[in-house]
Amino acid sequence: MLVKGRVFKYGNDVDTDVIIPARYLNTTSEEELASHCMEDIDADFVKNVKKGDIIVAGDNFGCGSSREHAPIAIKASGVSLVIANSFARIFYRNSINIGLPILECPEAVKAISAGDEVSCELSTGVIKDETTGKTFTAEAFPEFIQAIISDGGLLRHLSKK
Amino acid sequence: MGMTMSQKILAAHAGMKEVKAGQLINAKIDLALANDITGPVAIKEFGKTGVKNVSDSAKIALVMDHFAPNKDIKSAQQCKICREFAAEQNIENFFDVGKMGIEHALLPEQGLVGAGDLVIGADSHTCTYGALGAFSTGVGSTDMCAGMMSGEAWFKVPSAIKFVLHGKPAKYTCGKDVILHIIGLIGVDGALYKSMEFTGDGVANLSIDDRFTICNMAIEAGAKNGIFPVDGVTLEYMKGRFKREARIFSADDDAEYDAVYDIDLSALKPTVAFPHLPENAKTEEAWGDIKINQVVIGSCTNGHISDLRIAAEILKGRKVAKNVRAIIIPATNEIYLQAVHEGLVDIFINAGAIVSTPTCGPCLGGYMGILAENERAVSTTNRNFVGRMGHVSSEVYLASPYVAAASAVTGRLSSPEDL
Repeated sequence: MLVKGRVFKYGNDVDTDVIIPARYLNTTSEEELASHCMEDIDADFVKNVKKGDIIVAGDNFGCGSSREHAPIAIKASGVSLVIANSFARIFYRNSINIGLPILECPEAVKAISAGDEVSCELSTGVIKDETTGKTFTAEAFPEFIQAIISDGGLLRHLSKK
Repeated sequence: MGMTMSQKILAAHAGMKEVKAGQLINAKIDLALANDITGPVAIKEFGKTGVKNVSDSAKIALVMDHFAPNKDIKSAQQCKICREFAAEQNIENFFDVGKMGIEHALLPEQGLVGAGDLVIGADSHTCTYGALGAFSTGVGSTDMCAGMMSGEAWFKVPSAIKFVLHGKPAKYTCGKDVILHIIGLIGVDGALYKSMEFTGDGVANLSIDDRFTICNMAIEAGAKNGIFPVDGVTLEYMKGRFKREARIFSADDDAEYDAVYDIDLSALKPTVAFPHLPENAKTEEAWGDIKINQVVIGSCTNGHISDLRIAAEILKGRKVAKNVRAIIIPATNEIYLQAVHEGLVDIFINAGAIVSTPTCGPCLGGYMGILAENERAVSTTNRNFVGRMGHVSSEVYLASPYVAAASAVTGRLSSPEDL
């Protein structure tokens, strides 16, 4: 699966409370969660994000709460991929389970700037910064994880099987 | 090669003789937990699967604690979803207002978790039960749903960091100072994907409540779980509570660890994590003059009876400073009642604090103590991220009940020594 979009860039330890503040956790509506995504770290994110856009961040992305609402909000906001140096454990698992593509690639994080156009072939993990022409290779997920993501999450994947 | 304590519990639940770090295993779980925030997402997912019944309703607990008693119509709807699901699926361990408490204090108190258990919970602080010698870890709602369906969960076996504790905590320090010190030492991703195993002669000098506090915040170092060995203190706590037979596991002598830290408990000082990360740990000489607006004493981290006793020791015969709101939240009804019987509630109210029914409320900026623009709170809770307790410009200083109570009296970030 090829994804392509413009980059929103953030630093280290982006926590689940800034991805989706707890004051909005009184709903499970994906659209409503998306409408507050990243609100406390980047008030303009929701206004500017377009379908396919990519988040690039530093270490320990998604640290904090176990709220699955965090990857749900990111995915529902239109983001096609999150690239980070590393992910917090529960966020990592939740992202796969709900079908949000994520990749660890410190080289790409270092070189890619906010606003760059970036594409990525998820099956190979090859990331291309279309703005600078540089390419990077992240370790792609094994096929069964890719299948979970492309089916839209673990439960949809299981019910399809 | 030997196994860590965490690995042994995982192996036993996977029906395997041995597991190694990095190995993927499928294991039977003893309990799966969700609350009024994560439960509705898991229940929504469950509905999509077409499966009619949960695999074993006795192994599921649903606790209405985050936004309950309900703060608004939407959160009332969330609880309604859980309530109806519990009735439909005959889930006896459904804890509604009146029976509920903050989940990670409630489940040990009710004897639903104990030594040797394997527990998953759709709440990141599920790691608390490691205090009882259980392997317990936070997961998301989809994993919770899969756990309800199958009674099992898959795990990547973690490696571990060993913390050898020595000595006895000094005056005005407790478990909170131990864990804030450790997170300051290794950072918020210092134990990412790993177990934090606590051991050493100092363990005997930590109460069960101290151990709950320490394991509770293992996640704030990125850990998969935190765990203490089972000793007389553990068994005494579980006596008359734990409904199943305790299974006592211990690490092999030749278990391998990624790192070993020696911690002298007697050398620790009152420690505070400054905004906006739990790793920003500072001792008093580095605090400076921090004027505050609110104090919160409670949460799954520090809402235990011993935390309330500490707060009362400091607040007895004193008054909460003018312009400071002090909010005290016993974690469960049993703790609340105990605090009433011991006269702690009298002390709090006479000091000018309020005492709330159990709820997670303010810890995650839900309700019952939200901060306004530029306000500051000293809180015994577990996270101080941007906007965690309210306005995006507000600040949370994480501290022990000693420091929180002393700060309530002075109106500034203070240690009891300053009183």
